[in-house]
Amino acid sequence: MNKVGLTFKGGIHPPHHKDRTENKAIEIAPVPKEVVIPLVQHIGAPCEPVVKVGDYVKVGQLIGEAKAFVSAPIHASVSGTVKKIEKRPSPVGARINSVVIATDGEQAIHESIVPKGKLEDLSPDELKTIIKNSGITGMGGAGFPTHVKVSPPQDKKIDLLIINGAECEPFLTSDHRVMLEMPDKIINGTRAIMKALNVDKAIIGIENNKPDAIKVIKEAVKEFPDITVAELRTKYPQGGEKSLIYAVANKEVPSGGLPMDVGVVVQNIGTVVAISNAIETGMPLVERVVTVTGSAVKEPKNLMIKIGTSFKDAIDFCGGYSEELGKLINGGPMMGIAQYTDEVPIIKGTSGILVLNKLDSVPPDPTNCIRCAKCIHGCPVYLQPLMISKNSLLGRFDEAEAYNAMDCIECGICSFVCPAKIPLVDSIRMAKKEIVEKRKKSEGVKG
Amino acid sequence: MENRLIATSSPHIRSHDSTTSVMLDVVIALVPALIASIYFFGMTAAVTVALSIGSAVGTEALIQKITRQRVTINDLSAVITGLLMGFNLPPTTPWWLPVIGSFVAIAIGKQVFGGIGNNFINPALAGRAFLVASWPVQMTAWVNPGSVDTVTAATPLALLKGSPENLQPLIDVVLGRIPGSLGETSAILLLIGGAYLLYRKVISWRIPVAYIGTVALIAFITTDFNLTYTAYHIFGGGLMLGAIFMATDYSSSPVTNKGKILFGIGAGLLTMIIRLYSSSAEGVTYSILFMNVATPLIEKYTAPRVFGTGGVRK
Repeated sequence: MNKVGLTFKGGIHPPHHKDRTENKAIEIAPVPKEVVIPLVQHIGAPCEPVVKVGDYVKVGQLIGEAKAFVSAPIHASVSGTVKKIEKRPSPVGARINSVVIATDGEQAIHESIVPKGKLEDLSPDELKTIIKNSGITGMGGAGFPTHVKVSPPQDKKIDLLIINGAECEPFLTSDHRVMLEMPDKIINGTRAIMKALNVDKAIIGIENNKPDAIKVIKEAVKEFPDITVAELRTKYPQGGEKSLIYAVANKEVPSGGLPMDVGVVVQNIGTVVAISNAIETGMPLVERVVTVTGSAVKEPKNLMIKIGTSFKDAIDFCGGYSEELGKLINGGPMMGIAQYTDEVPIIKGTSGILVLNKLDSVPPDPTNCIRCAKCIHGCPVYLQPLMISKNSLLGRFDEAEAYNAMDCIECGICSFVCPAKIPLVDSIRMAKKEIVEKRKKSEGVKG
Repeated sequence: MENRLIATSSPHIRSHDSTTSVMLDVVIALVPALIASIYFFGMTAAVTVALSIGSAVGTEALIQKITRQRVTINDLSAVITGLLMGFNLPPTTPWWLPVIGSFVAIAIGKQVFGGIGNNFINPALAGRAFLVASWPVQMTAWVNPGSVDTVTAATPLALLKGSPENLQPLIDVVLGRIPGSLGETSAILLLIGGAYLLYRKVISWRIPVAYIGTVALIAFITTDFNLTYTAYHIFGGGLMLGAIFMATDYSSSPVTNKGKILFGIGAGLLTMIIRLYSSSAEGVTYSILFMNVATPLIEKYTAPRVFGTGGVRK
């Protein structure tokens, strides 16, 4: 186990499983017959559809308008005809109002897509507008609208931008491949965010299990002294925002706070590339790199794929299922969301599709907690998961709150390490939900 | 889709550790001391330990059957309780002593409170305390190694208290060629077992180091800074077995790092108070039992600082 590189306290070393795809170049996936584009792919308000059934749309055309500030517009990833606008299953859970487009294979580009000019000529406000209008969101998973992140309130002075190239989730290699194949876009995007935020320092953090990516990015930043590369120790969850900021900047994001409270903004590798594209070609976020991997897919691959392509189409392009499917996950194995069907679309936050066979999918049988404290030692936010879980299962949510349940980042470490196979995160999530409900109620009473 | 997908919440991968694998590591760590025990005290040691394990596992299975619970003897925790129970008995013990001891340990020390993970005191020590209270003569019938069922002999700690001029050579004390309970005498092999548990990350260093360190410090001061006598205090009694294998029992010791240190210091302090100021020469059992009871309180006051709540500068 290597002890080199910047890191945080706690954490674990799950098996990487990255060898399936880390050396495979990004392949461009074919345009599917049909795409399903959900009108919410981010944290925030849903978008209003601005197209009707029967309309012909082109690549990059606005199809969902963001009315609220915390929201991000949705664009067509293909050219074709709008077939339906209806609720469809989404990979993040609920059924969501989605635009279904039958593609014509032309991939005609919409007239509004024009290069936005040189970075030098664009003002910070113009950059923020480009980011907002291009529908760019955090592409690491959570999907927070990027323009909100780059528009901190006046009283929050930002002095550091961190680009998250840790990719600590096992199996996933999409960010790794992007770093190897598109270093210039990463630099351009980073410089754009620096300008938008008015910061003069950026650090690109990369886990040291990707020495080739570290080398490539170091080479690329050579002529930009204000951008540096931080080599991070390979440890999960190194790419968690709080852990990453602690490792790179030695600052603790306050409990309940945001990175901007310590003067830091963190952006994911994919997001940075999307920003670079939005400026260079004017194309909004309509495609992304997705790692399709796992024990039940024939040829694991890294795909450049249109948003709205179904999981099924993506897996078919990777040779289809190699054996009976057990579990299908949007994201990585530690924090990803299990799907109940493969008819869900790839969205902006889909960094990977994990395809597991039956054997890898059967949940283990939990037994009594033996109080070994492995969950405490692994917790990157220094909680006592066993205590929160115990109280939560007994319905004692006030006690769970006193054990700081709300600070849980749901990284999954406690459930992973538990020798008694107790699904600790499940019961902690339950406690968090109850605590939020209770807080809402008490606010209602006060109001 | 025709086949149903499994849709549990994250994480979707789990470590290879299991309760059984953890317990197996503890059993492995106790094997060297078991071999030494058989070497020094003969086959009676093997028989005693076997009876003790058999009774512990049998009691657990029986109670779980009667109360219609899932029988969990495969997790090996009852094997450990039986092993430790046997290790805590004198070499001349009659056959029924380990059987009763393990029965009490599992039935009253463990199952009554809900089985594995729920016992608030160390089951083996509960069993031992019961036996010492009920059959004090049989429980203190120490003999010299290799001379089973002959004359009784004094343990190093008893000699230290009464007639230090008759103390066994220190090398015998470290190796285990001394009168004492079956498994407690070979300090060096218990230390090797402890090193294995540390390497396997089954236990943390905190309780054993704090415990042994406290005993050493107090012994050093109270023996007028006599290193030799201090060494007898460390190696001559049940401290190694207690500090490495009994005080580190997950269920009955604190889960917090600071709590573990406090627990060790408290146990060391109590052990030395009993050794120095009571009528008994040894105090490991009662000091650990006392700290077991204090564990919830210790945990309450040693909760870790949550990330982002002070400590490191903003």
